[in-house]
Amino acid sequence: MQSDTPQANRKVLNTSTSITSPNAFKNNRVSVMNKMMPIILFLCASVSILTTIGIVVTLFSETIQFFQKIPVLEFLFGTKWSPLITPKSFGVLPLLNGTLMITLIACLVAIPLGLASAIYLSEYAPKKVRSAVKPVLEVLAGVPTIVYGYFALSFITPLIRDIFPGAGVFNALSAGIVVGIMIIPMVCSLSEDAMSSVPRALRDGAYALGATRLEVALKIVVPAAFSGIVASAVLAFSRAIGETMIVTVAAGATPTLTGNPLDSIQTMTAYIVQVSLGDTPHGTVEYGTIFAVGMTLFVITFLLNILAQYVARKFREEY
Amino acid sequence: MATATQVQAQPLISIEKLNLFYGSFHALKDVSLTIPEKAITAFIGPSGCGKSTLLRTLNRMNDMIPGTRIEGSIAIGGTELYSNEVDVETLRKKVGMVFQQPNPFPKSIYDNIAYGPRLHGTRSKQQLDEIVETSLKSAVLWDEVKDHLKRSAFSLSGGQQQRLCIARALAVNPDILLMDEATSALDPISTLKIEELAQELKDRYTIVMVTHNMHQAARVSNQTVFFLNGEVVEFSDTEKLFSNPTDQRTEDYISGRFG
Repeated sequence: MQSDTPQANRKVLNTSTSITSPNAFKNNRVSVMNKMMPIILFLCASVSILTTIGIVVTLFSETIQFFQKIPVLEFLFGTKWSPLITPKSFGVLPLLNGTLMITLIACLVAIPLGLASAIYLSEYAPKKVRSAVKPVLEVLAGVPTIVYGYFALSFITPLIRDIFPGAGVFNALSAGIVVGIMIIPMVCSLSEDAMSSVPRALRDGAYALGATRLEVALKIVVPAAFSGIVASAVLAFSRAIGETMIVTVAAGATPTLTGNPLDSIQTMTAYIVQVSLGDTPHGTVEYGTIFAVGMTLFVITFLLNILAQYVARKFREEY
Repeated sequence: MATATQVQAQPLISIEKLNLFYGSFHALKDVSLTIPEKAITAFIGPSGCGKSTLLRTLNRMNDMIPGTRIEGSIAIGGTELYSNEVDVETLRKKVGMVFQQPNPFPKSIYDNIAYGPRLHGTRSKQQLDEIVETSLKSAVLWDEVKDHLKRSAFSLSGGQQQRLCIARALAVNPDILLMDEATSALDPISTLKIEELAQELKDRYTIVMVTHNMHQAARVSNQTVFFLNGEVVEFSDTEKLFSNPTDQRTEDYISGRFG
């Protein structure tokens, strides 16, 4: 039974070695693996970190080059955006307006509907319904956005044009509604997770005082899950801001500073698609615009994430 | 106190041939008993004997468990609890409940107490202040918390939290208070305080408590019901049940031979 050679030790578990022998607690294979594992895992983790750093560096350097040619104030406060057609003009407000309009419409659709479905799933739905609906929602989240884009263009837009004959073939309302529909599953799923993790005991406490299901849902569960709900709403907001395909297909390519959701508009993302697909030469001011616009997007989502963390922390209810 | 002299208690709750099923599991079998008014009735028995299940039929908390089926009669003051005319929310307002684990809401001490009254329509600040004060006094917690009512309920100790939950239940002015192993998560000193509190409250409320602790039942209750496998084995005055049980199984249980 006793094995003294090192080779044997490597192959056989040390339980066969006498506990008093010098090699009793040695296992080379395992110790090498143990040392290698953190390094391998660190390398995997650094891929995404390095990518992020790379993106930020490119974005910053290209944006700085752009702003050496175009004044920052003109970019931020100009009300006309036509960088590709003379007379050239580099005011980002029309694009920002388009993006915010889409985002606002999308959030008006997604947050109430998403929250309502989350409350239904977490507080009202029988177990069977819940276990059937949740996977369906997740499938919905996996539908390619281009499909949503054509859904907007070929189904929602005609509907809108029936109701409002003045609406354009491309309009913000249609794209905004469909972006909203697209992010409902995300709002619903994340809020539902937050609500389901509110302890049963809190609900029982309220039921025992004579609260109805709705009162328990709105006055106990929603406040207790509030930080999770805010997180889901902000994620939805960022998702809507960054959405590209639906707005490219259905919202149009007309950067206009308008408050009318029935007009054709252009979002920041759709503009970036337009330029990167065109034949604008690298290194020109026109090409630089996509980095400046990208940077604006980046700053907005970044600030939003910080705001979300602040809100979530401030309103957190410990349980 | 005038009510304290009331020795002969009236039966307030009467249960007859009650059967309860969770799906195919027969949790309560032909349970018949009466529970007197303004006294403490204790349900004892080993885990899974149905004592908590019966307690939860008194405010219909079992409704929330899918697949629950009930046969027989359970009535409070003559009103059948499982008839269509009973509004569950009104019933629960009249029959308060305290749970095994203290479960204060993640709100301030004040808002915990005011939660129930607000739910049932009390809006006036002055009225709420009054309710909060009297409820906390009834639960013997007022002196400990009166200076920091705005603090989170989680800043209290476990025993204080449980008294807060009792105060919260009292704030909606119930007639009956159900205590579901309300002291099993507490240390001995906090347990004693809750027991003393129960003694004080029984002059004004009908208390039904489930306890896994026989000594607690012997110390605080006026009447004790012993359950085994979903059946009532014996129920009588606490003193008699513990000193002179009529059923052999009761004697085996209280002398610690099983359970």
